[in-house]
Amino acid sequence: MLSAILTITLLALFFGLVLGYSAIRFKVEGDPIADQIDALLPQTQCGQCSYAGCRPYAEAIANGEAEINRCPPGGETTMIALAELLGRDPVPLEDAEAAEKPKSVARIIEKDCIGCTLCIQACPVDAILGAAKQMHTVIESECTGCELCIPPCPVECIVMEPVKETPETWRWPYPAQEQGQEANHA
Amino acid sequence: MPDTAAPVWDFHGGLHVPDHKAESNSTPVRTAAVPKRLTLPLQQHIGHIAECAVQVGDKVLKGQLIARASDYVSANIHAPTSGTVVDVAELPIAHPSGLTAPCVVIESDGDDTWTELPEPLDYRETDPADLRERLRWAGIVGLGGAVFPTSVKTNTTGRKVDTLIVNAAECEPYITCDDRLMREQPGDAIDGALILKHIVGARQVLVGIEENKPEAIEALRDHIEQNDLKDFEIRVVPAKYPSGGEKQLIHLLTGIEVPSQGLPLQVGIVCQNVATCAAVSDAVQRGRPLISRIVTLTGQGVEQPGNFRALIGTQVSDLIAQAGGYRNDVSRLLMGGPMMGFGLHSDEVPITKGSNCFIATTEVEMPSPAASQPCIRCGDCVKVCPAQLLPQQLYWYARARDFDKAQDYHLFDCIECGCCAHVCPANIPLVHYYRFAKTEVWAAERERQQSDLARRRHEFREARLARLEAERKARLRKKKEALDKKPAKSADGKGADPKKAAIEAAMKRVAAKKKAAAAGTEAEPAQEKTKEDA
Amino acid sequence: MQFATPSSPHLHNDNAVQKVMGQVLLALLPGIGAMWWLFGWGVIINIGIATVTAVVCEWLFLRARGRDPRPAISDLSAVLTAWLLALALPPLLPWWQTVVGTAFAIIVAKQLFGGIGYNPFNPAMAGYVLLLVSFPATMTRWLPPEILAEHTLTLGDSLRAVFTSLPPAGLTWDAITSATPLDAMRNQLDQNRMISEIRLSPLWGDFGGRGWEWIGNAFLLGGVFLLWRRVITWRIPVSMLGSLLLVAGIFWMIDPETHPFPAFHLFSGAAIIGAFFIATDPVSASTTPRGQLIYGASIGLLVFVIRTWGGYPDAVAFAVLLMNMAAPMIDHYTQPTVFGAQGARDD
Repeated sequence: MLSAILTITLLALFFGLVLGYSAIRFKVEGDPIADQIDALLPQTQCGQCSYAGCRPYAEAIANGEAEINRCPPGGETTMIALAELLGRDPVPLEDAEAAEKPKSVARIIEKDCIGCTLCIQACPVDAILGAAKQMHTVIESECTGCELCIPPCPVECIVMEPVKETPETWRWPYPAQEQGQEANHA
Repeated sequence: MPDTAAPVWDFHGGLHVPDHKAESNSTPVRTAAVPKRLTLPLQQHIGHIAECAVQVGDKVLKGQLIARASDYVSANIHAPTSGTVVDVAELPIAHPSGLTAPCVVIESDGDDTWTELPEPLDYRETDPADLRERLRWAGIVGLGGAVFPTSVKTNTTGRKVDTLIVNAAECEPYITCDDRLMREQPGDAIDGALILKHIVGARQVLVGIEENKPEAIEALRDHIEQNDLKDFEIRVVPAKYPSGGEKQLIHLLTGIEVPSQGLPLQVGIVCQNVATCAAVSDAVQRGRPLISRIVTLTGQGVEQPGNFRALIGTQVSDLIAQAGGYRNDVSRLLMGGPMMGFGLHSDEVPITKGSNCFIATTEVEMPSPAASQPCIRCGDCVKVCPAQLLPQQLYWYARARDFDKAQDYHLFDCIECGCCAHVCPANIPLVHYYRFAKTEVWAAERERQQSDLARRRHEFREARLARLEAERKARLRKKKEALDKKPAKSADGKGADPKKAAIEAAMKRVAAKKKAAAAGTEAEPAQEKTKEDA
Repeated sequence: MQFATPSSPHLHNDNAVQKVMGQVLLALLPGIGAMWWLFGWGVIINIGIATVTAVVCEWLFLRARGRDPRPAISDLSAVLTAWLLALALPPLLPWWQTVVGTAFAIIVAKQLFGGIGYNPFNPAMAGYVLLLVSFPATMTRWLPPEILAEHTLTLGDSLRAVFTSLPPAGLTWDAITSATPLDAMRNQLDQNRMISEIRLSPLWGDFGGRGWEWIGNAFLLGGVFLLWRRVITWRIPVSMLGSLLLVAGIFWMIDPETHPFPAFHLFSGAAIIGAFFIATDPVSASTTPRGQLIYGASIGLLVFVIRTWGGYPDAVAFAVLLMNMAAPMIDHYTQPTVFGAQGARDD
């Protein structure tokens, strides 16, 4: 009886020490989960998820405050990737229509631009080049298509144009399915 | 007959397919007529797109530079004939997507006048770097179909090269352009090989050629013997597809396996197509840029199959017309061979530096693919894969869009030769699945890079705004401190505002007078008043 | 001119699933002939019942799934499953048991997993094991070969036995049935008799039971045909029979009186048909070259183990099903080395 109690106590002490040591020795700094989530988000910084950018949304997901289906630019792919990372079930996208929009970039109609710099201040990735009373222009390769520049423009001279597919960016389509896969509701 | 004296290794898998060479290799190469219009895509090579160097309305001469290589891995493009630039626009090109690409359109003036060309060089007296510069100027790219800039490929960056392999295998059925080139211009091909051997500093040259080209073998052998060339050997290999794949050919001739995802240069080998060698000879020994190539036109859908020496930029429809036109039962037009080539949506596309063959075929000759059935895991695909992959597993993962797993199974080692799909009893379009998977992986990689860039820019912007905010706060704080110091100075009256001082003095005087008036009102009120009035 | 643009390659050989299955069916004919010669019409009746059941079940199930049944039926895989199952069954098995077994094989072991190409277990063996476990009495009621039998059954007798579960007129089941050689050997060994003693009985031929061993030869003929036509590779049959012979040989050398001669194992039970027709089912077997060797060798080993120390006289079905479970793992660990994997990148 006594030997049993002694053994269990010693084992508990031993494992307690091991766990305590591990907790200190292998402690991970920072919030790696939020970083991992942020790495999966498309970085459009558009705010459509109702958070002020992709990093705040990532942190909200890590805290459990936000659902994983709120990112339209990321679409289905990002939602599935987040589901796999976090071990959750996939959830239908909140705004599926917005997710289906083709990738676009902004373009300033230069003859209408008045040089007010309001769009420059709005762009979350500083993709608009210009200065006060100087011509503004969007650097096409840096634009993420977030559309935050469109509301501030007082003369409505910014339009979104879909990115054109080139032979270099073209993707082979998914092959047609097997014979007999189409439903035959005879 | 295979050359039994020389050692030849074998590669795993591969197929013996009927070669269909006789349809087009029995007639000499015809020179195609100079067309009225030439359409030159600015991207005819691997690497960065060439920069257009002409404008609409410019007059150009044959061989004149019309687009410049925009980067190290890029290539020049020259006008194939003399004429006027009539358009620089997005036009349809020969690509499986059927999309358009930037092109320069030249209308020929019929004179075919050459521009001033650089001097011919004696390669034996010329530095390899200068020879590579000449190849770069001439816009030479791999003419076997890979179109990689030759000046870049032959830059050995200090590595020792033991063997230059000339790829004369032409293993794909139907294609015969290299065969006819070797029969008719063996000297040019061999001279080019010697120039390349000099550039890369190779010890020996091995020409890998399939046994189904006896006349070409003989032509090359004769030339080698007549010129008593040393360290220059022909190695005949069995006609097995795809023995012309670069890694497969290297293994056949030397027994060396090029590392997976690696380059032949890493094992001391440089491999060049035999047509590229002929173009190299043209550039170095005659100072001519790459403006034409031999193209095979074959298949049961065309009246007179054969080979043409055609100017780059000729429309495919033009060549078909010169080959007698289509037969009535033509069903498909392929660019390339039947195993790796892709279908063209239309024949109104230009030929490029990489166009080696066009096959106009019929339903009888190449039936439309039968409907595919579920995979029965028979393993026939594993038996024939020359890259020693598990095509079956690649198929399952590509189909499930599990691209990470597909890459674990070496997706990018697949050379898309088509052997697996050829033998699949369930008719599964395997190569289509792998191509789909590859382009998806590349697209995901591009998106990842874009989003990384956007994240960095956003973080920089946040930092910039924070810095501006901090600077503004610091400025305000300083100002506030400066203002706080000023009231302490004005307490002792010195150096105070003069206006304030006058007002204070006047107020003091009024107060004193009031006091005096209150103290001695009867004494001198009139005098005071008068004094005040004055 | 505008053209259609399918993906490359644009040439295809003339191989097709139907051709593969058809050649296997052809290769079974010598064996079927031998079984008919030795055991009468019961075998043919079983094949008929099983084939009809299999096709009907597959048709109905595919319609229920909303798919077109014609491609699946025309690839002959259901027919092959039916034949392999029927050949494993005793000749006079009641018809409804054959139906149950075949229906289970097609519906549960094949279609519920997704149809051809998706089933992890060999359907014929799954059906066989279901029947063996559920109906042990009728499933072990074999006939003696006609050369040894006292009573031969006519077609009518066989039909009557199958469809009414009654023995032929005037006879009892005991009078006409006999144990299989494996069964007989096992029972007598359990009674502690010596091999040399057992083999004195006229029931035994050169290797296995008299008459029975000829079935093995007939299926071997079919197997060689399949090898020649390259429908199957040599790896699974050679490794399975090789390992069976090797292990049986080792134990026979240790104690020849309690372990039969190795060739006995080869020519009894389902060893030969298992090696060439059952274990080689591509969908449920291992697919990598090295994996196939491991798979086949393990089946051979398991067959010996179960036959010698297990609860059932014949073991091929169980061995195959057990290795079906291991096949994905074997595949995972035996991937072929990709071309150029040996060379290391030096930058």
